[in-house]
Amino acid sequence: MQSPLRLERRLTQPKWLNWGVPLLSLLGALILGGIVLFATGKNPISVYARIVERGFASTDAFSRTLISATPFAFTGLAASVAFRMGLINIGGEGQLYLGTIGAAFAGIAFQDQPTAVIIATMIIFGMLFGGAWAAIVGILKAKFSTNEIITSLMLNYVAAIFLDYLIFNSSSYWRDPKSYGFPTGKRLIKNAYWNDISIGSIEIPFGFVVAVVAAVIVWFLYNRTRFGYEVGVIASSPNAARYAGIRARWKIITVMALSGALAGLGGASDVGDFRHVLDAKGVQISGYGYTGIVVAALARLNPLSAIFVAVFLGGLSNAGYALQGPDFPSGLVGTLQGLILFTAVAGEILTRYRIKRQNTIADGVIV
Amino acid sequence: MNNNILVIILASGVFYGTPLFFAALGELFTERSGVLNLGVEGMMLMGGVSAVWASQHIPGTSWFVVLCSILIGAFAGALVAALHAFLCVTLRTNQTVAGLSITIFAGALGLSSYFANVWDVASETVKHPIRILNPGGLADTPIVGPILFHQTILTYLSWVLCVLSVVYLFRTRTGLKLRSVGESPQTADAVGINVAKYRYIHTILGGALAGVGGTYYSLTIVPQWVDGVTKGAGWIAIALVIFGFWRPDLTLLGAYLFGALQSLGLTLKSRNIQINGSILDAMPFIMTVLVLVIVSGGWAHKRLRAPAALGVPYEREER
Repeated sequence: MQSPLRLERRLTQPKWLNWGVPLLSLLGALILGGIVLFATGKNPISVYARIVERGFASTDAFSRTLISATPFAFTGLAASVAFRMGLINIGGEGQLYLGTIGAAFAGIAFQDQPTAVIIATMIIFGMLFGGAWAAIVGILKAKFSTNEIITSLMLNYVAAIFLDYLIFNSSSYWRDPKSYGFPTGKRLIKNAYWNDISIGSIEIPFGFVVAVVAAVIVWFLYNRTRFGYEVGVIASSPNAARYAGIRARWKIITVMALSGALAGLGGASDVGDFRHVLDAKGVQISGYGYTGIVVAALARLNPLSAIFVAVFLGGLSNAGYALQGPDFPSGLVGTLQGLILFTAVAGEILTRYRIKRQNTIADGVIV
Repeated sequence: MNNNILVIILASGVFYGTPLFFAALGELFTERSGVLNLGVEGMMLMGGVSAVWASQHIPGTSWFVVLCSILIGAFAGALVAALHAFLCVTLRTNQTVAGLSITIFAGALGLSSYFANVWDVASETVKHPIRILNPGGLADTPIVGPILFHQTILTYLSWVLCVLSVVYLFRTRTGLKLRSVGESPQTADAVGINVAKYRYIHTILGGALAGVGGTYYSLTIVPQWVDGVTKGAGWIAIALVIFGFWRPDLTLLGAYLFGALQSLGLTLKSRNIQINGSILDAMPFIMTVLVLVIVSGGWAHKRLRAPAALGVPYEREER
């Protein structure tokens, strides 16, 4: 299978690639998505127009988009910090569940305190629970060099089962003893709600603001501190890191815990901002953790870009909810997300390689 | 005797383990060629939804429709896998991200659900499910009968496949070449093996088997289309490959073990035995982590580890 095209590694990365490639990728995804839509008898232009309209075009729509974007921002940050060190943490999903458990615990346990204290403890417990859950993966990797992809993935399912257990299969601290028929969690009191911040007529969820702050902190940590520098060294050359005396094992555990804490923070925001209850089924249906990997990949692991990507994907999924119906079947949003990812990872190749036409005659002569 | 609880548990282990085995065997071939496929779940679901469509639209006698449905399920899985192979082998993208993209693209919230909507497959039940087949009355033999021979054609087929795979991987020249591609593509390339070809073929074969696994869910276990009908079986399949140390025979046993664990809660409940179902549900995942810890270090790491080049794109120019 001799391909007519050949990939040649780029030695330098021209500047235009930084914006050109993502733009090309997005365009490619829209074209591929258009083909899928057209083939199944829909008008691509009108579908796209309605996505823009319901996702971004009014302040009302944009406020709802920010609601969808908030969990994506957290899980995107979580994936970014781990991927930056070459740790493929795909356990953001489970770490977020643990975050909801921790935050719901704090929200119920400290409900007699002032709002600021409740919110602070919810954030702390969400981060602690998510971070501890991810640290298991980090410790196993550091101690036994187990593959973190599989362990983090397996723990997602364990976390999901644990979450179900707390609400459906036990009379736990989180379950509302008064919920008959379909068991639910204990609702938080109004005092524990995280209030939106209004700018003009746009409502910004408090969690989104926290996500932006977290992104800035992560950016600073990774680009301006010794810690971030060492993480970069480990990622690009583990051996060089060892000779330089960087303790990679500790870094693995720390970075995993940090990643899990960010996902856990997303769980805390899910409870505090939106659901106000430990909603075992609702949080599992959403697949926030997996979308976080999409966010990180599209943001090319840059924490600040992750916020923008999260808003973009949030708009897509918000429009998906708003438009759901016979004209806009469920599944379309995931399909489009997947296509954007494909073209993004395929576009990544343009930043690393130059595509050349195969010159078979020359190859023969060189020998 | 055939109503003994142990017999029922073992029988359901085989029944629920069969689709896991199909998907895991596919993943095993893919991983043996050095490609990590995290898109199994998406491929299973695409296989499942296409098979339901086929079973509703193809005219003919029942067995013919069933045969076509299985083939179309396999084809759909293979098609998605071809996309994965293109991304991983030709474009040399990060295999983890590519596989996850596949699952997001084709998975429960993606294309499989979209097609189910567009084709309107969920509204009616499946006309030609894959039924239990009792080969020559063997199902009536005590103990062994209900466990092994009260199953569908796919289970019997999976045994044949298991034997063939072991022979293929460990007793044929092509199998040896395949393993060398997964262990050291540079070496394989140096002795004239076409690395890209091997990776393409075995990734696509893996997708076809995943598609059959998905078909088993939508045409046998449920049998009806529900979005996300596989409920994470694709991820279990990936775990099973590790659990079975990248060997088809051990993977088959692992699949039955996981299948039994999946259904144990229900079986026990029907016998009024009280047990915490959550712990049973979590067992496959916890056991996989433990197995992974065991095989990652020391003696086992040398003998039972993953193919050395698993997940690493092969760049010929950089030899």
